[in-house]
This record gives sequence, structure tokens and C-alpha cells, in this order.
Amino acid sequence: MRIPCPYCGERDAHEFATLGDATLTRPDPAAADADAQFHDYVYLRDNPAGAHEEWWYHANGCRQWLRVARDTRTHAISGAVAARATEQASGEPA
Amino acid sequence: MRYSVFSLLANALNGQKGWVPAWREAAPKPAYDVIIVGGGGHGLATAYYLAKVHGIRNVAVLEKGVIGSGNAGRNTTIIRSNYLLPGNEPFYEWSMKLWEGLEQELNYNAMVSQRGILNLFHSDAQRDAYARRGNAMRLAGVDSALLDKAQVRAMYPFLDFDNARFPIQGGLLQARAGTARHDAVVWGYARAADRLGVDIVQNCEVTGFIREGDAIVGVETTRGPVRAGKVGVAVAGSSSRVAAMAGLRLPIESHVLQAFVSEGLKPLVDGVITFGAGHFYISQSDKGGLVFGGDIDGYNSYAQRGNLPVIEDVCEGGMALMPRIGRLRLLRHWGGIMDMSMDGSPIIDRTPVPGLYLNAGWCYGGFKATPASGWCFAHLLAKGAPHETAGAFRLDRFRTGHLIDEKGVGAQPNLH
Repeated sequence: MRIPCPYCGERDAHEFATLGDATLTRPDPAAADADAQFHDYVYLRDNPAGAHEEWWYHANGCRQWLRVARDTRTHAISGAVAARATEQASGEPA
Repeated sequence: MRYSVFSLLANALNGQKGWVPAWREAAPKPAYDVIIVGGGGHGLATAYYLAKVHGIRNVAVLEKGVIGSGNAGRNTTIIRSNYLLPGNEPFYEWSMKLWEGLEQELNYNAMVSQRGILNLFHSDAQRDAYARRGNAMRLAGVDSALLDKAQVRAMYPFLDFDNARFPIQGGLLQARAGTARHDAVVWGYARAADRLGVDIVQNCEVTGFIREGDAIVGVETTRGPVRAGKVGVAVAGSSSRVAAMAGLRLPIESHVLQAFVSEGLKPLVDGVITFGAGHFYISQSDKGGLVFGGDIDGYNSYAQRGNLPVIEDVCEGGMALMPRIGRLRLLRHWGGIMDMSMDGSPIIDRTPVPGLYLNAGWCYGGFKATPASGWCFAHLLAKGAPHETAGAFRLDRFRTGHLIDEKGVGAQPNLH
């Protein structure tokens, strides 16, 4: 797999570390049902066969977190954007 | 037909004309008492024990391809029960006991070979951890022996004992562990279940569930709807996809695990050896190929193939353990899709949906569990309560905090 890093260009996946599903949003710890929400956030996954949004960290490169769109059936990567450019409510990856 | 030396002789004399197919090519009936989704080792074993132990013979196993074409045909065939935690060890030991009697039980040669598994340790801390594991095994009535360096050297003199970084200090041996022929396990269970009346329906993909109110009362398939009193799902690798049809999200990610076999050699490794300083394990098949593997690739995948960095990592582990394999050529490598549960332990439980039962989350250790998984899932389906050895494998343990952190890692890639 080669990941198109927005800073470094297309680089081998060997240079990256992965952290999985990027669609999860950290719940509000002050919410009344925070226990249940954190259970879902920490443990449950959609785990789709097909398009998957996920976090990759360019550890041996620019050391930026990326949000990568990849197909879990073919490993084809359709794009990568800098995590800080995405509109995650939490503001930072997981 | 019962296999024996007499059936072998009779067919040798009549030109091998007397053999019949090992199981019927069944078409799905409109309804069954129990449907098992997934014709791998676990699903077929479940159907067999439902029929044999619980007398429930109106059972169908629905398989989307041909039986044994998923992870049952992609593993590295190791059987063992060298676990630490009380939630795990009795279950895997029950599996080991079932392996020991499996061939007589099924009247099928599954080539169960108790050649022993040796887990090497490379530091004082690791020796302490393995001593603790060995003691926990003995408390559960399982054989274990802590070997020092000289004893390991007597067994495998070719290992790199004086490796500068990871010198071998000894190992934990379970002599009753070993290997089994993975395809024969599938075929043996299929044949034995079929003889008890179970319908094994191949090329029949489940595409949805039939519901009445909240409850699931059957499945939609590519060969038409099939109704059932209970539906058991044993589709490790694709559990999330099937559960999603029932509106469930599971504590599981699907990851790819690669395995390898070398060109054939004369007998070299007569047991199973695991490297303690990395993730690498190796055994030798009866055909002569060295069968080995290591870690998952680490990213979500349904592709049944992996990437080169992990191949390199596994081979580096092999070279650190036994440098003499460096000039061997790889014959094949392949990938299978692992149900990586969040604590690294399996799930055999009811689901919140009435009528739907789940057998999932086997991570990269499902093959050794095949007999007990089938036994315990059949028990759950027949009695509605978990078997005594599988009571910890609850689906809701992540909510209640009763995790089984045997290794402390599940799907989380940065923990591997």
C-alpha cells in the first residue's frame, strides 16, 4: 500500500502507523449516559467491508496524522487529508 | 460407510469403486429447528454436537462458498491449551481433550499429532511470566514443564541460543499440544454431522434475517428463505457483516493475518516452537514444508491478502530464532480474515436479538478451539445457557468490565 501524504507525496505504508476507524467521535464525559456512550466509542465498530475512513500517522516522515480513505476489500486508497484539516469535533485524532 | 482397515482392503480389491461421497449435497428445506450460518470448522462442529450430544438433528449448516474455504483452510493448524486466565484455560483444555479423542469420535483421520509446543523465553522477567503460566495450567489440571536452556538445547540444538539481543534462556513446554490436519477436521465434522441427518448446504449465502416482531425466525439466502427456531452465527472474519444485517454492532474489527509455508524439507522441526522476543512460530507439516506465521498486518481488511512489511517482519523473527532457515525459499503465503475482538478473547453468547446466537471474535486462535467451540455453542443453542467452560465468553463483558485480557491486546494496532 502507498499512502498519498498531503505533505510528503505518495509514500510506502511501511512509513506509517495506523490507528483504525476515524469516524468515531469521543463522547462528552459530562453527558448523563456517558458510560454507555464511552462503551460504544471504545469497543464497538462498524467494521465495514468496503469504504473505510481511518487514522494513519506518518511516523517516519512528516509526523502528521492523516485521515485516509481506504477500501478494506481491496486495500485501494482513494485519498488522504491532514487530520487537522478535518472537522472532528474533538479537534484531534482519538 | 464406516472407514476401517476392512473398508480399505475391500476397496483395494474392487478397484476403489466402493467409496461414496463423505456427505450429501443438500438443498435447503423450508424450515429447520436450528440453522448454523457458516460452514467452517466451528459451524460444522456445532452442528455435529447438536445432533450427537443434544439429539437436535433437524439442523442446517449454510455456507456461502464451499465448506472449509475460509479460515478453517487458512490457519497454521496448531492445537494447544497453554492459557493463563481462568476464563480461558478450562475451555481450551476441554478442546484439547476433544482433540485427543476426535478421530475415534468422528471415524475420520484428522492427523492429530501431539508433538508438543515450546514457548521460548529470553529474559528473567519472561521466565517468571512463563513459570506463572505453567503453574496456572497445572492448577487447571493441564500438563506443563518449564525447561532450562540445556533442556531446550537437547530438543532443538539448531536454535540461536547465543543471539546477541535475545539469547534463549529456556522454554515452557506443553507436550500434549501439537498440530492437526485442518481440512480433515472440516471434512470429518461434515461427514459425521451429515451421517446424523444434518443438512450441509454449500453455495448458499445468507443475505438477511427474517424477523417476526423483535425475534429472528429464519434467514434470507441466495437459495431462498429458510425458517428456523434458532439461528447460530459462526462466521469469524465476517461476523460484523452478518451482525449488521440484524442491526447489531460488535466489539470486533476484521484484520488480515498472513501465514507462510516453505519448500519441502526432510524432517527438521518435530514440534511447534514459538519465539518469545517477537511474534513468530513455526512447525513442520507432514509433507515437509515449514509452516510459520506472526502478527496481523494491523489495519482493517477483508481482502484475504496482506502486505510485504509484515512478511519481512515475520521472516526477521524466524532468522533471529533459527538462522539456518535463511536460504529456504517460500513456497506460498496467504492471508485470512481475523475477527479481532477488543480484548483478544472470543464470544460465545446470546445476542440482544431473540433467536440469534453468536460465535465470534476468535482473533488468530480459532483453529485449536474448533471442537470445544462447537461443543459449547451447541450447548448454548440447545439449553439456552452457556456451557460451564465458556461462561466467560460473554458479548456484554465489555459493558460490564469482565474483559478476558489474556494477552492484553485485541484489534488495537498500536498494542501489537
